Amino acid sequence: MEASQFKSDQYVRFCPGCGDHAICMALQKAMAQIGIPTHQVAVISGIGCSSRMPHYLNTYGFNTIHGRGGAIATGVKTSHPELTVWQMSGDGDCLAIGGNHFIHEIRRNVDLNVCLFNNRIYGLTKGQYSPTSPKGFVSKSSPFGTVERPFVPAELVLGARGTFFARTLDVDVPTTVDCLVAAQQHKGASIVECLVNCVIFNNGTHSWIADREQREEHSIILRHGEKMIFGKNKDKGLAVEIDPQTFVPRLIVVPADDERVLVHDAHQQDPTLHRLLALMGQERNLEVPSAQVPSTKDELPIALGVIRDVEAETYNDAVNNQIAEVRGKAKAKTFDELTATLEQWTM
Amino acid sequence: MKNITVRFCGDSGDGMQLTGNMFAQLAAEMGNEISTLPDFPAEIRAPQGTLGGVSAFQVELGQEVYTSGDKADVVVAMNAAALKVCTLGSHFNHPQAHFDEEFSLFHRHAILIVDTDSLTDKDLEKAQYHTPNPFEELGIPESVQIVPVALTTLTKEALKDSGMDNKSVLKCRNMFALGLIYWLFDEPMEKAIHLLEEKFKKKPALVAPNTKVMVDGYNYGQNLALNVQQVHLDQVPSDQVLSDQVTKCTYTSIAGNKATAWGLIAAAEKAGKRLFLGSYPITPATDILHELAARKDMNVMAIQAEDEIAGVCTAIGAAFAGDLACTSTSGPGLSLKSEAIGLAVMAELPLVVIDVQRGGPSTGLPTKTEQTDLLQALYGRNGECPAVVIAASSSANCFDYAYEACKIALENMTPVILLTDTYLANGTALWRIPKLAELPEIHPQTVPEELKGHYNPALRDARGVRYWAFPGMEGYEHRNIGLERDAEKGTISTNPENHEQMVLARKHKIEQIANSIPNLQIIHTASADRSRLCRDKKSSNPQIPMSDTLLVGWGSTEGHLHAAANELNCALAHFNYICPLPKNTHEILSQYKRIVVCELNTGQFAAYLRAQFPDLHIEQYNEIQGQPFAVERIVNFVKNN
Repeated sequence: MEASQFKSDQYVRFCPGCGDHAICMALQKAMAQIGIPTHQVAVISGIGCSSRMPHYLNTYGFNTIHGRGGAIATGVKTSHPELTVWQMSGDGDCLAIGGNHFIHEIRRNVDLNVCLFNNRIYGLTKGQYSPTSPKGFVSKSSPFGTVERPFVPAELVLGARGTFFARTLDVDVPTTVDCLVAAQQHKGASIVECLVNCVIFNNGTHSWIADREQREEHSIILRHGEKMIFGKNKDKGLAVEIDPQTFVPRLIVVPADDERVLVHDAHQQDPTLHRLLALMGQERNLEVPSAQVPSTKDELPIALGVIRDVEAETYNDAVNNQIAEVRGKAKAKTFDELTATLEQWTM
Repeated sequence: MKNITVRFCGDSGDGMQLTGNMFAQLAAEMGNEISTLPDFPAEIRAPQGTLGGVSAFQVELGQEVYTSGDKADVVVAMNAAALKVCTLGSHFNHPQAHFDEEFSLFHRHAILIVDTDSLTDKDLEKAQYHTPNPFEELGIPESVQIVPVALTTLTKEALKDSGMDNKSVLKCRNMFALGLIYWLFDEPMEKAIHLLEEKFKKKPALVAPNTKVMVDGYNYGQNLALNVQQVHLDQVPSDQVLSDQVTKCTYTSIAGNKATAWGLIAAAEKAGKRLFLGSYPITPATDILHELAARKDMNVMAIQAEDEIAGVCTAIGAAFAGDLACTSTSGPGLSLKSEAIGLAVMAELPLVVIDVQRGGPSTGLPTKTEQTDLLQALYGRNGECPAVVIAASSSANCFDYAYEACKIALENMTPVILLTDTYLANGTALWRIPKLAELPEIHPQTVPEELKGHYNPALRDARGVRYWAFPGMEGYEHRNIGLERDAEKGTISTNPENHEQMVLARKHKIEQIANSIPNLQIIHTASADRSRLCRDKKSSNPQIPMSDTLLVGWGSTEGHLHAAANELNCALAHFNYICPLPKNTHEILSQYKRIVVCELNTGQFAAYLRAQFPDLHIEQYNEIQGQPFAVERIVNFVKNN
């Protein structure tokens, strides 16, 4: 299929320069690559800039209310598992007002593809801090800087026993397409954190890796089965070591030719290493001044690509299988047969 | 005797609900009409023997049973606390309170069966008695026939050879009481034993000891010739039944929540839709979730969501995807669902919301009954947000109105809020089992084939109802929204005239439903006896005959109002359809000089009617005590005001 088949007739109203344009394009490309017909795809969103996305995709779409996209998407997928269901959400929609639905769709492993647009700001309400804004972030609702500790979305996903987590960057369309296609292929709740720039209210929030000169030094694209190598000159690799005092495992940067360089295993059920990978570089997002601190030679890169992709039974399958099993064995399958089983008498 | 009210009361752990249900079911099988009222504390197990832990089950049986009875004619009190609570009613906590017929839960001439083994000093202390003689302390009048029975001793005696431990033996006490009541009503023991076997089907080890105790209870009544007259209810001659209903019908007894669940199941099958329920546990609505979770044999998908909001939102997702979608809750949950119901109004999706009302506000009285969510159901959403509101009026017709809610939702692409309440939900009534074929047709508003390729979600039929297309249907891809949509194209619109047009279109869509609902009927007509008068303070005419008086109610109070109208010999109009109202509402109401709206709230339906019909003078009678109406109080109000 062609990406153009997934473009709706609506004029795209994201701000000029907004990172959502790139994700929209990547979505259309990914959907074409996946090749599921438009009428079998449902895109559900809540409220926020990113939640406008269904309007620009020529599929079934439902732009609902703030925070509830996850619950509504759960209803669509569970009742109709034959559909491909996407959820478009932002750091406010998914992690603040919709936080409960987010952790439960992950815990239940509903087979949804969730794009979590993270720009660390509320854009549609014109610039308030979000649950991913770094502590000290100055916004209209935090004129003296926030005093809150932010979420790291990956940590939340793994804490809810997530089976799939990928991270991508608005300006890196090929990686985004790869992550979206992988999300569709994964059976279960697939969370793709899309780091997007808000050109109006939080410009440059991901510049640490978004700037072309810095990206390759500050980020690594993880691919299952491949060595963890990064850097402009592909000269650095990642290895794991155990701290001799605390016995806590930690990742370290080693030369690319070091035999200790890890090979990425996204399918490993144990989340320990996935967590370490997903948290690399996240301290820069926790507090405001740290983003400006210059990097050191040994600084861990921010991980992009599919970090975790493991198998587990999906909620929608479990629910539907149980109904089929009970119904298969049932003697009464219609209303009249059901009422016949009642203790009854004639008068 | 035409009908009679029996109350079983004891400790929460004494099995009063089971005992009462078994008695009611046998009574129903023997050809009685029944109406039941389980009355239990919110705590699952309050401290044993305390006043707060008293659990009761009341049933009225006989012919022309409209309510579960104001006051009991026969009481079984299993312990000292239960004796106190049923004697003093709502005054049980007042120090020095005595029997007062206004508050007592039984009549002055009631039969009071008491377990004398449960009146030890320790029992009396727990139930906060101050003297060793409870009957004297409570001031129970001599006209009450007290039947002391050593229930505990007799139960132990019955099971002395059973090898059961003491605790298990004591759990059978309720069956002795039940056997005794069966004797009192001269019920056939073989049927009673069969029923007991049914009830304990899953615990076969308990059948034999419980049967033994129950039969011993029966024999105790018979052999020892208790100094009590057996009760014989008037039997309706069988030919009289047949003259009313030409064919014989099949009946069962059913609780309101179960009837509601089954109404949804029937509607889904009739409409050719899969039933989806998104719900979250909340008293007193949870039994609907329980029942539907168990009905996978009927292909029901029942989801226990992470919260009330997810309950309604998963349902909205299922509705978007083409299912018959429902959510069940009580008042606090309805508050949480408000925004999402607004989405379903805006997106014009079929959705059934069941609110089993309880005492409010906030957590309120979770296990008690009230009609206080009416205005929330009508208006509790942001924006101009009309939805259909209907109410069931008996435990049995919860089935019919759940079915009707689905029919209206699917045919009119709108949320429908069905109001029931604790009284209907937990109470049981005789239900004539219908066949699916005899239920009304349901025609979901699925988009017609000719719109393929040029469908949009704003397209409406001549009634003003938009068409339903859902994912999986090729050629109808569209985007639905909670934002305002363009009346022609269905896409986002902020145009001022368009918004007004759409607000009116949604309003009209609800109003036109009045064309397809039944007209309001006068349920009870006053005879032309003009000698019975009631005063009217407001009117220049000092006395208005009862035949010009109309009682008005809605929802679960129908039985009580019917009984009151009978007694007053005045007319009764009872509403099941609230928004929209039946088309002839004004025509009917305006025929009466005096209109008294009776509700278990501070006058919500009265206020609604006044807003609709400002020309009518509407009086109101209200009780807000978490209990069903007492017929006697309604009668007194209408007579004396």
